[in-house]
Amino acid sequence: MDPILRVTGTALPLDRSDVDTDQIIPAEWLKQVERSGFGRGLFSAWRADPDFVLNRPEHAQATILVAGPNFGTGSSREHAVWALMDHGFRAVVSPRFGDIFRNNCTKVGLVPAQVEAGEGAALLAAVQSDPALEVTVDVDRRVVLAPGAGIEAPFPLDDFTRWRLLEGLDDIGLTLRHLDAIAAYESGRPAWMPALSAPAGGAG
Amino acid sequence: MGTNEAMTLSEKVWERHVVRRAQGEPDLIFIDLHLVHEVTFDGLRLSGRSVRHPELTLATMDHNVPTTDLSQPVADPVSRRQMDALEANCLQFGIALYPMGHRNQGIVHVIGPQLGLTQPGMTIVCGDSHTSTHGAFGALAFGIGTSEVEHVLATQALPQSHPGTMAVTVDGQLPAGVTAKDVILAIIGTIGTGGGIGSVIEYRGSAIRSLSMEGRMTVCNMSIEAGARAGLVAPDDTTFSFLEGRPHAPKAKAWERALDDWRSLPSDPGAAFDKEVVLDAARLRPHVSWGTNPSQVVAIDGEVPDPEQFLDPSQRDAARRALSYMGLHAGTPIRDITVDTVFIGSCTNSRLEDLRAAAAVIQGRRVRPGVRAMVVPGSMEVKAQAEHEGLDRAFTGAGFEWREAGCSMCLAMNPDKLSPGERCASTSNRNFEGRQGPGGRTHLVSPAVAAATAVAGRFATPQELD
Repeated sequence: MDPILRVTGTALPLDRSDVDTDQIIPAEWLKQVERSGFGRGLFSAWRADPDFVLNRPEHAQATILVAGPNFGTGSSREHAVWALMDHGFRAVVSPRFGDIFRNNCTKVGLVPAQVEAGEGAALLAAVQSDPALEVTVDVDRRVVLAPGAGIEAPFPLDDFTRWRLLEGLDDIGLTLRHLDAIAAYESGRPAWMPALSAPAGGAG
Repeated sequence: MGTNEAMTLSEKVWERHVVRRAQGEPDLIFIDLHLVHEVTFDGLRLSGRSVRHPELTLATMDHNVPTTDLSQPVADPVSRRQMDALEANCLQFGIALYPMGHRNQGIVHVIGPQLGLTQPGMTIVCGDSHTSTHGAFGALAFGIGTSEVEHVLATQALPQSHPGTMAVTVDGQLPAGVTAKDVILAIIGTIGTGGGIGSVIEYRGSAIRSLSMEGRMTVCNMSIEAGARAGLVAPDDTTFSFLEGRPHAPKAKAWERALDDWRSLPSDPGAAFDKEVVLDAARLRPHVSWGTNPSQVVAIDGEVPDPEQFLDPSQRDAARRALSYMGLHAGTPIRDITVDTVFIGSCTNSRLEDLRAAAAVIQGRRVRPGVRAMVVPGSMEVKAQAEHEGLDRAFTGAGFEWREAGCSMCLAMNPDKLSPGERCASTSNRNFEGRQGPGGRTHLVSPAVAAATAVAGRFATPQELD
């Protein structure tokens, strides 16, 4: 993943609550074995409506998605994050995210900025009234800024995740640094815990 | 947190699995069991890494598999490629796989418990949000994304931020006809789709205790629909008698040791939860969802709500859009809504108990002409047991289709899907727009209500059938 200090650009206002990951990327798209090209599936059912906000030319260059509360609930499909990024989004702002979606975001490098409900609503309204409004999601300072609308909204991001995003670190690599601790833990596991056998070519 | 403090069940399971704890970092948690299926194990990208514990990993095929004639090749080439990729990966990395057609194949959340792999006090993950199902055994079980799937394959551990704790207590006796599905729909209706975000829910109270393991799995399964990171129920004698003798359950002396261990898991008296919600079981009714998220539910005796009655503007707007999508009008009695299709299946309600409950309703009755009704057992084992009991004949005799095991119409990744505008009473877990097929309209119900609705052609309880 690429390091991210901050994301600056215009924003797309998605004035809906409870946008589940089935809406972000419908299940039909999950059969693909490759990880690329999911942008075409992004909100594909809603995009059939020519008035849907994603179809509007004034938001074509947006890199920040601003949504209502409970964004990314439902299915654990990481494809939702891939679709948003493939379309060009680098940050999502919402008053509340589904936990798995939020987790998936930070693994791949999409910044999830969870702001207070009032500030989220204010940003949504500001972006709706001025599509050219410049918005910054600052990972370093943990704040969403829209100076043109007088908005400065802090968001929580734990130190570890912030550091990983700033440095662009793969966290599998970070965990592999702790193989000694994992091995020590493994040696203490009760013997009665279940394990499978797998003869070549099929399950035991 | 010190070990001398009163702890909740989820905190105990968490603390037992901490591999490494450091200030300012998420805990590194050991994973006891990793379940994989074709959608999140399509192309293992381990950058040359190996699978650390193939013996703690189990694969099956459930999302894409057709549920019709299994002797035929999979017609959808994209699905087939994904299933082939899973098979090749499992072979390469030495992972046990129950593929399509195997007697142990089934929905991943049905086969884990069925094989006795799901045990109290374990950590279980799967690239599927309904992994919370396994919490019914007092395991800490949660869904993960593809990156985390790779993380667990490579390290058998996951960095995780500490979850909050939430107690949902359902006390009292459930009225006749009110099932586990109604309990969880009522809970989600009460706390909302975001009510559990950041938390692990522990379901407590006499009404939860009185549920079978199947019922507890139904409740825990839908924890994610309330946004919860996981949901669990303290293990007790119901849990132990379900587990004893299953293929992967401990045997002989190991069983005794395991029992001693499991009995120490329930939340300590006085353990504090960050949030608490209490429901009165005696007041619960069979529930039906009317909208496009699982908190938009109402008792079957009720009516489609008026969006203008919602105080919260975002809920009001969501209700307006939901009614438009669902083709419903405020004030319509739920019992006046007719359906085109009835689906009994999914990781929420496809176990033997669910099929028995539905079969008891349709026995000697007929599916209303014009209604398409199908039963998709959760696993090949469930299917075999049901057929042994003659449930398949009860279903087919009434006009239901009797299918092979899989996720099927719960998420419409295989050929089983709704057409635009088609209205379905479904025992599954998500009524999202398009979930069961583009333009499809889903109403979530229990197996008993689904069966009665198939007979009546409109929403009904078994009690009101002739």
